[in-house]
Amino acid sequence: MTDRDPIAFRVNGTPCAPRVHPMGRLLDVLREDLKLTGTKEGCGEGECGACAVLIDGRLVDSCLVPMCQVRGHDVTTIEGLASGSTLSSIQQAFIEHGGAQCGICTPGMILAARELLDRVAHPGEGEIREGLAGNICRCTGYTRIFASVVRAIEIERGGT
Amino acid sequence: MRSDLAQFELVHAASVREACERLEAGYRPLAGGTDVMVMLSAGKLQQRRWVDVWELDELRGIEVRADSIVLGALTTYTEVRRHEILSREFPMLAQAASETGGIAIQNRGTLGGNIANASPAADSPPALLAYDAEVVLVSLTGTRRVPYATYHTGYKRTVAAPGEIIAQVVLPRAGDRVHYYRKVGPRRAQAISKVCMAACAKKAGQSVASMRIALGGVAPTTVRALEAERAIVAGEPLARVREALARAIAPIDDVRSTALYRRRVAQNLLDELMGHVGLAS
Repeated sequence: MTDRDPIAFRVNGTPCAPRVHPMGRLLDVLREDLKLTGTKEGCGEGECGACAVLIDGRLVDSCLVPMCQVRGHDVTTIEGLASGSTLSSIQQAFIEHGGAQCGICTPGMILAARELLDRVAHPGEGEIREGLAGNICRCTGYTRIFASVVRAIEIERGGT
Repeated sequence: MRSDLAQFELVHAASVREACERLEAGYRPLAGGTDVMVMLSAGKLQQRRWVDVWELDELRGIEVRADSIVLGALTTYTEVRRHEILSREFPMLAQAASETGGIAIQNRGTLGGNIANASPAADSPPALLAYDAEVVLVSLTGTRRVPYATYHTGYKRTVAAPGEIIAQVVLPRAGDRVHYYRKVGPRRAQAISKVCMAACAKKAGQSVASMRIALGGVAPTTVRALEAERAIVAGEPLARVREALARAIAPIDDVRSTALYRRRVAQNLLDELMGHVGLAS
């Protein structure tokens, strides 16, 4: 069946080739085929950012990415940030500052922060706000999320 | 209700020509997916056969020419806002790009897709209209260049034939201009416009030598307020300009706003524009 050819790509550095529909959503393949349930579904229409992952380092909403466009690319999910039991600086900062409440928005927030820190050397307040603007927290814990990202910048860029 | 994927077909095209062959056979192009995949998830996607054009390099890139800037149809909002010359000479387009969705949407949404989707509430079309953009359409039989001003023929209707794909958007370069762009939505980030105005003026001393005013969200298509533009250039009183603007738009009540609110906001934006170009009453 031609529409179920394997689609080869890497997720968190590991090659995989699930046999999935080319128009299937990356979100569903991550969660249901690859069992990487750290990526959450919020709205399913690109409004909330809960399903955000990185493709080749670029932030995308995985609910809007058809599988055929993932072929040959590198996908990073929340599961790919920690090294073994050592959390990444952003994850550590979210714990220190209570950046996670119910947790549904957290993986997307953390990946949005990851993209921001990779893109901007020293993000200022405006850049942090803009970097997180596509991610909605329905617990409305934005102040702590913002503080967590500021802390992550301190950890990664030096400072107090 | 989620769509049943078995009803859908998404094929790969290795070239624009191959994509056009598919279009002739009834397929539609899929680029960054920021509109199409939303409809798919919602179970509202009527079109079943799609051809993936996202990886076609022929449709990518921003080329700066002596008299114009040519943007590949797959130029993303992120690419628009990061391009130095484009941001300097066509700041309204860069602003529209930066106010469309969040970063994740800007990384995937394309200029060509924004045009093809033909939403009257889209953010880049008013800027394209005010800048006299042209759209380059390619099909198996050739290439044609269409003024963006004539591209949309009605709500979600365009001059593009089923076998044509948007290949490029051309922005003619012009001298010094005053630019005014403002999008009004329910929140500052990640919102769909209720009303959007893009306007640019050429000044001649204290008067206005030429004026372009384009609006989104207030009619079945993005519209130019031609009569209001002429009234401004003729130096007519603000009241006349306001009346002319009111005649140019035909807003409706819908899920995002009301006709009354849109009319009021359009007038407020006009007032702000007049101040911006130094014609405040």
